[in-house]
Amino acid sequence: MFPYFLKRILNLIPVFLGITIISFAIIHLAPGKPSYLQGMDPRISAEAREQLVKLYNLDKPICVQYLNWLKRLVKLDFGNSFTDGRRVSTRIKERLPITLLINILAMGVIIAFALPIGIISALKPGGLFDKWTTFFVFIGFSLPGFWLALLLMLFLGIKLNWLPISGIRSFNYAQLSFWGRGLDLAKHLILPISVAAFGGLAGFSRYVRGNMVNVLAQDYIRAAYAQGISKKTIICKYAFKNALLPLITILGLSIPGLIGGSVIFESIFAIPGMGRLFYNSTMARDYPVIMGILVIGAALTLLGNLLADLCYAWADPRIRYN
Amino acid sequence: MKNKLILSGCVIIAVLILLAIFAPLISPYSPEKIDVENILSSPNRAHILGTDSLGRDLFSRMVYGTRVSLQVGLVAVGVSLTIGLLFGSLAGYCGGRVDNLIMRFVDIMLCFPSFFLLLTMVAFLKATIFNIMLIIGLTSWMGIARLVRAEVLSIKEKDFVRYASSMGLSNFKIVAKHILPNALPPVLVAAVLGMGGAILTESALSFLGLGVQPPTPSWGNILMEGKSVIDIGWWLTLFPGLAILITVLGYNLLGEGIRATRCTLHATG
Repeated sequence: MFPYFLKRILNLIPVFLGITIISFAIIHLAPGKPSYLQGMDPRISAEAREQLVKLYNLDKPICVQYLNWLKRLVKLDFGNSFTDGRRVSTRIKERLPITLLINILAMGVIIAFALPIGIISALKPGGLFDKWTTFFVFIGFSLPGFWLALLLMLFLGIKLNWLPISGIRSFNYAQLSFWGRGLDLAKHLILPISVAAFGGLAGFSRYVRGNMVNVLAQDYIRAAYAQGISKKTIICKYAFKNALLPLITILGLSIPGLIGGSVIFESIFAIPGMGRLFYNSTMARDYPVIMGILVIGAALTLLGNLLADLCYAWADPRIRYN
Repeated sequence: MKNKLILSGCVIIAVLILLAIFAPLISPYSPEKIDVENILSSPNRAHILGTDSLGRDLFSRMVYGTRVSLQVGLVAVGVSLTIGLLFGSLAGYCGGRVDNLIMRFVDIMLCFPSFFLLLTMVAFLKATIFNIMLIIGLTSWMGIARLVRAEVLSIKEKDFVRYASSMGLSNFKIVAKHILPNALPPVLVAAVLGMGGAILTESALSFLGLGVQPPTPSWGNILMEGKSVIDIGWWLTLFPGLAILITVLGYNLLGEGIRATRCTLHATG
């Protein structure tokens, strides 16, 4: 396991460098290159421009600029925000936990629903349940997530008044007991998590179904049937495990979509997370924060993929030894 | 079954194209005409889908919004198809170092949460319709590049390609005339599905106020304007969203239909 782990870590280095190069290139993408600071956006003050010149060493040659930027990046120094002057890393640090919490819970919801849906529809391809899930998967692929959020907000929040529609805490949060606080937080998170999970659910249940159908057609399953092993044992013990394996990778690949989606649901539900910070920064053209979140978002994805690969290698020895 | 998929997809898209072309004839009002007498009137005989907070007719605005959505789908996919075909065929045909370099680049691009990449580019560029389409295309070519590469890899080992190269055909001609046409069907499926994806992305961007800018009507920015009056004007939230859903569904049905047809062709032939 260890050599594999080492190999994967070493593989990350060029990818991470690539991420920094592309991020750096985007800074210079703005029309007019380093002189883009002049009159590019009237909302940027002269002071902020000066800061940007200093931060990126815009008066030096481009490779010096990149190396300096990279040096700061490794120390997680993205400079100071234009809007409130605080350090970008501090601002991101305050916002990151809630975004991670929602994304991890959403992933849990996706797994909890997609596995049974996918497996049951794989047991009888073309059956009634399969047909209905196929129909819903089609709708799920075509449904704009933010519209679903609006509809849920309208019906569950405004018309029925069951769930709060914005923020993560009620006004009386400070007076609540420990359990009351937990319940309050849970109520606020139900809508955002369902919306975040919805996008992945359709695709993921499709993958589960596809994998399960493939596995059930294998010879070793037929052999198990021929030996008279009960259907339940075959499905739960033999087929399920093998159908599950490729899903680890898919789960890893779905991370960027989930993190990216947080921009949308966090700004709809007014959740003070990284996505909302990103949205506000984009609106205010707060470049240091934008670059910081872009790099951190990519690094998180990278980390997630690494984790998925390691899980896969742990679960499937064939990967480790090849 | 699959013919039904293709047929229903085609019908939806055809209706949308007609709406887009004949928008001035179909819409009963000008999409930007403000009518202070009729602010936020619910669906009625004069305004079949109601009016917005400036008294503009929702139906007319949605009909014009069709133009934006269809255009975004076409241009964004055009951009991603061009880049994807170029990189994919280069990587697949050249192999070796070129392949390594390009595929690493694809891996790196896939590491960025796509919506983050989009927003960053939007922050640095002006939010014109053209830029939005360009940016969506620039951030969605990676899947197509991988697909093309895989197809080219399998096709370039076939006998007819070897024959063509033994006849002394130039590499460019081999790729353009003999390999790519055979790689096209799965790419077509990806492109059709990509159009739906691009429309979804544009509507999300416009909904966040970072895409198509008002007063140009797009389904996304109608939804954005509707959000502030969501408790009074439910029609401003319901109908544009339905339009997006149906449109994207149309592309998805068509794409899946083509895919299903291809699978049976392979299985039987």
